[in-house]
Amino acid sequence: MSDSYKTIIGLEVHVQLATNSKLFCRCSTQFGAEPNTQTCPVCIGMPGSLPVMNRTAYQLALKTAVAINCEIPAFTKWDRKQYFYPDLPKGYQISQFDLPMSANGYLEISDEKEGRFEPKRIGITRAHLEDDAGKSIHDEVHGKADSQIDLNRTGTPLLEIVSEPDLRSSAEARAYLEELKLLLEYIGVSDCNMQEGSLRCDANVNLHLETENGKVATPIVEIKNMNSFRAVERAIDYEAERQYRVWQETGQRIGEAPKQTRGWDDASGKTLPQRSKEESSDYRYFPDPDLVPVLSTPEQVAEVRAALGELPASCRSRLSADHGLSPYDANVLVNQGRALLDYFFTTAKTCNDFKTTCNWVTQHVLRILKEQETTIEEFAVSALQLAELITATADGQLPKSRSKDAFEMMCAEKIDVATAIDRLGIEQVDESALVALCQELLATNPKIVADVQAGKQQAVGSLIGQAKKKNPNVDPGRFRELCLELVAKM
Amino acid sequence: MSLTEQSATELLQLLNQGEISSVELTQSYLDQIEAKDSQIGAFLRIDAKAALARAADIDTRRQSGKPLGKLAGLPVAVKDVLCDTETKTTCASRMLENFRPPYDSTVVAKLKAADAVLIGRTNMDEFAMGGSTENSAFQITRNPWDLERAPGGSSGGAAACVAGGMAPLSIGTDTGGSIRQPAGLCGVVGLKPTYGRVSRYGLVAFASSLDQVGPLANTTEDAALLLETIAGHDPLDSTSLDVPVPEYTATINRPLEGLRIGVVREHFATGLDPEVESAVRDAIKVYESLGATVKEISLPHSKYAVATYYVIAPSEASSNLARYDGVHFGHRHSQLSVPDPTSNSLVEMYRCSRSEGFGPEVKRRIMLGAYALSAGYYDAYYLKALKVRRLIRQDFDTAFEQVDLIASPVTAEPAFKIGQLADDPLSMYLVDLYTVSANLAGLPGVSLPCGFSSSGLPIGLQLQAKPLAEETLLRGAHMYQKATDWQSRKLDQLK
Ligand SMILES: [Zn+2]
Repeated sequence: MSDSYKTIIGLEVHVQLATNSKLFCRCSTQFGAEPNTQTCPVCIGMPGSLPVMNRTAYQLALKTAVAINCEIPAFTKWDRKQYFYPDLPKGYQISQFDLPMSANGYLEISDEKEGRFEPKRIGITRAHLEDDAGKSIHDEVHGKADSQIDLNRTGTPLLEIVSEPDLRSSAEARAYLEELKLLLEYIGVSDCNMQEGSLRCDANVNLHLETENGKVATPIVEIKNMNSFRAVERAIDYEAERQYRVWQETGQRIGEAPKQTRGWDDASGKTLPQRSKEESSDYRYFPDPDLVPVLSTPEQVAEVRAALGELPASCRSRLSADHGLSPYDANVLVNQGRALLDYFFTTAKTCNDFKTTCNWVTQHVLRILKEQETTIEEFAVSALQLAELITATADGQLPKSRSKDAFEMMCAEKIDVATAIDRLGIEQVDESALVALCQELLATNPKIVADVQAGKQQAVGSLIGQAKKKNPNVDPGRFRELCLELVAKM
Repeated sequence: MSLTEQSATELLQLLNQGEISSVELTQSYLDQIEAKDSQIGAFLRIDAKAALARAADIDTRRQSGKPLGKLAGLPVAVKDVLCDTETKTTCASRMLENFRPPYDSTVVAKLKAADAVLIGRTNMDEFAMGGSTENSAFQITRNPWDLERAPGGSSGGAAACVAGGMAPLSIGTDTGGSIRQPAGLCGVVGLKPTYGRVSRYGLVAFASSLDQVGPLANTTEDAALLLETIAGHDPLDSTSLDVPVPEYTATINRPLEGLRIGVVREHFATGLDPEVESAVRDAIKVYESLGATVKEISLPHSKYAVATYYVIAPSEASSNLARYDGVHFGHRHSQLSVPDPTSNSLVEMYRCSRSEGFGPEVKRRIMLGAYALSAGYYDAYYLKALKVRRLIRQDFDTAFEQVDLIASPVTAEPAFKIGQLADDPLSMYLVDLYTVSANLAGLPGVSLPCGFSSSGLPIGLQLQAKPLAEETLLRGAHMYQKATDWQSRKLDQLK
């Protein structure tokens, strides 16, 4: 039924910034410590305690905001978002309401792989800083419901990035998240670990339908509790179909039902109505009188922009425009993340052959990384060693036909190319030896000679196999050429 | 003259000269407390043993010639709203009846570093909300000048203990007049510093943008001594001002040349008690006799100050007090565990805990504040109040282009009877009429005795100065005290 409606999606992404300490105190943000060991009077809202802004957190937020093309106002302030919940010890979250630290940005997405849509600009409404709440742990064993609260996470700096409702499919939503995650990792502001909650995503979804009476929008539903990009995709698909069904049953339009919050249940593959912990729609926002406004000058913003380094989008276009890679290959390389790209550049610049390097990296290096379930940082073959391999092949020192063997051995035994060549017993076969071998094999295979003379050049192929058995260093290409030349002279 | 009738400055001299020991001095005050406080009720808690042990330690260090802090050996009383690891901080509320903070407020830490002897914790209106100290959940404090009357508030215990000779120095807090008003009603000196002059770290918040900690004492010199001990920038308080603190005691004896005193037209309107008016007008004449020029000025928006204050202060309070929900902080309804957050019993626990833990005035202000911040009312109340606050500040900016100090009454009347305003919150709110503007504008203000009513109750004079002009304020106040002797008029006995 997807032809009859358009899915309208906006995403709210919460990114935990990679600071050592919390947003308003000095407590550690390290994940996984014993509950309530990373707390102090400030982050647990002890009576009398006061927050003091962590400059590093603000700088990381600023870096991100600039990277997603946001405008940075000269003045931003902190507001209290008030609601009662056991994991919120102060009774309010310190956030930013009407004057966020950044607004009106965009992120460009594209999905060359599948070719499903054109490169597209997704608007970013705003990105603002806030402190995280704690974690409630509900223990319902032994027949009684007991709640415990871990405040280690309380006060961790979060950047909330709110997109415009510009996304039109679950695939676009996924592409947006992947591009955002890639960008955040490139600029080093977050580890984006979804399992540890460093990256969290809520989706606002509704449908636009064409009816006889004109365009109609269904009520907006906020989906929470999606713990992977795959879950986001599935939840959006499920929700779009569900909303279409509900619309057919009730005809309810936006404004006729309150905004609903639904939680994604990965096991059943459904969204279920959720009682939001921030149930009250009135947060009684007001400026936090314990904190002072933050000012930033155009010069400071320019400084941050200058220090950003190359972002994924410009990296892709540079690889295809300056180094002749296909957009597909450029995309594959860039999407692997900064570390792999650095590896690629080191190799390519050393051997001075971007295309060959690209082939090696995308075909062989990535395959081995996947097989070994490892990262480029831990990969056995260094960027310089790969460059040596490529150079040795180009020089003819390593026959093309043996380069993959050499590479596999380098991967398996953590050795350089020279050692691999040595261990594989690779040595160049000189031309006269090759001619002699040709003559010998042609002499003992008159049928093949006859076939070639009759125009079946591919018959030489079976001689190549025999030649390699006699001498594994034989370059099959050169051997084939020689055979054909000799037959022609017969 | 007995020890406890002398000023802190004099006592410090005696201590430094070895004429008296801190143990001796501390014991004298403890004796006074023992003799009088069952009637006055200024203190919520006294730890005589700890105070004497501390005094003894300071005496030993003094004898062995070790370096000592600024207040070495002087007893100081602290309002029960500033965190101190060595005692509870109750804010005179059932909600925090058993709260023992794990950290020292910056002010308490500074007092300890100055080798003050922290002699006890003084009573107050619950969470500093009130003007009579009747809102304390634990006890009434009586005005030492007339035990039928209130000492004012919210720092009622802080003022009464100095007036009653039970402490030479005392720390109060002032959100809308809570130091100056009780100081005025009890006939002592009370100073509210510029907002940001003294750290709020560890001060249990009532209204964060208005709260300031300040000294109460017998004389302006003593107030200067205590202020310079507790003032200064604190990296733990973002609103603390990063400016150097002058040594107020070094300059306090220098009279102000060419002093210009402003008298606010609107301050002498209807409702001002004639005895208070004449005492304040006499005080202004004293300044004239000292060579000051007096100028009539106008603060046109001051008539909105109380209304503005009673939107802003409760709004902030409603938020600051949200944390007392029985989960992490404060009294919890007699249920042992925190229920499942998605169940109704959680809301029930919040409701019961807060209903039981807070007194009626605190509840009233939380309701007021939550209302003023609600969607649909925010613009009309909170935002409007912020705008008026700005206008009030501008009035003062203009005024201080023409004058150095503004002189006014502290309250419209001398101390009222206990219970007199208890059922009339609006009249109680109007008690703040002369004092709230300084909080809204962030100015320093001081209250000092300037006479007595026919029934023998102290009358206070308020002086206000521009932001960070505490030095001018203290020198100006001291000029008056040198020319008069109201501050030396002591209580003969409790009546
Ligand atoms: Zn902390």
